[in-house]
Amino acid sequence: MTARFAKGDRVRVRDAHPPGHVRTPSFIRGHNGVITRVIGEFANPEELAYGRDGRPEIPLYWVEFRQTELWSGYAGQAQDTAVVDIFEHWLEPAEGDTP
Amino acid sequence: MSTETHGHGHGDGHRHEHPSQPDLEDQPVGYYQVMTEALGEVLIDKGVITADELRQQVEWQDSRAPVFGAKLIARAWVDPDFKERLLEDVNGAAAELDIDAGDIPIRAVENTGQVHNVIVCTLCSCYPRSLIGLPPDWYKSRAYRSRTVREPRAVLAEFGTEIGDDMEVRVHDSTADLRYLVMPMRPAGSEDMGEDELADLVGRDSMIGVALARSPGE
Repeated sequence: MTARFAKGDRVRVRDAHPPGHVRTPSFIRGHNGVITRVIGEFANPEELAYGRDGRPEIPLYWVEFRQTELWSGYAGQAQDTAVVDIFEHWLEPAEGDTP
Repeated sequence: MSTETHGHGHGDGHRHEHPSQPDLEDQPVGYYQVMTEALGEVLIDKGVITADELRQQVEWQDSRAPVFGAKLIARAWVDPDFKERLLEDVNGAAAELDIDAGDIPIRAVENTGQVHNVIVCTLCSCYPRSLIGLPPDWYKSRAYRSRTVREPRAVLAEFGTEIGDDMEVRVHDSTADLRYLVMPMRPAGSEDMGEDELADLVGRDSMIGVALARSPGE
């Protein structure tokens, strides 16, 4: 599977709430971030959780978020960030960007 | 708690009261303990794993300690080429020092004069166990897991770690297949120290990112 996104791409985490086991924390869903690393391909945890083999493997990314974008009233500094590992099927191009 | 009276037999024949220590089995047994025991028994009964394999895995987990991670950090401080390899692939760099970092890929994240990294697992308690041992209870607590992403500077301050306003605090949430090891900054005053002495400055908490490396003489 070829990675759809590259380092530097602006992405948005899908604001989805499917039932079952997912590894995308709620606090970043619907938020915009930037790909800072293409980590590689890994078995899909949403399939592994139910005893299946998790194939095909899915690209996994480091996505960096500005804390001030994640939390209204963030009490730290403007440059503070959170980096979260996110599987590709949870990402879409940020609005206004072409894939 | 009940008390009992007994003789100590250390010469003077005195008798005094001690609270009796409860045995392990006297503690309340929780749901997850029962489930863990039951799962282990079923896996062994069905021949998926042997009792000895289970024992070996527990023994290996219990043998892990922060000294392994500290050795890697100290080597990286004195050897720039090793540091490059450590930042690229912790497991491979660990193997160079005959340290078994296990099968789960670990990435090192480097603290600098501009960036301070801290690790959390908001979804569960993912942790680089192979290099720094079992996680402390607070790492698994709901408070640490929820607050570290929401107000990292306040959490760090509670650990006694103040990060300057001009620095970036970068929180790594290990949600998936990687584990993270923070590479703390080499402290001032350690320029003349050898690798073994340097490793003594690298505590567990500095590799989670809630503390800095110790200063020499601290």
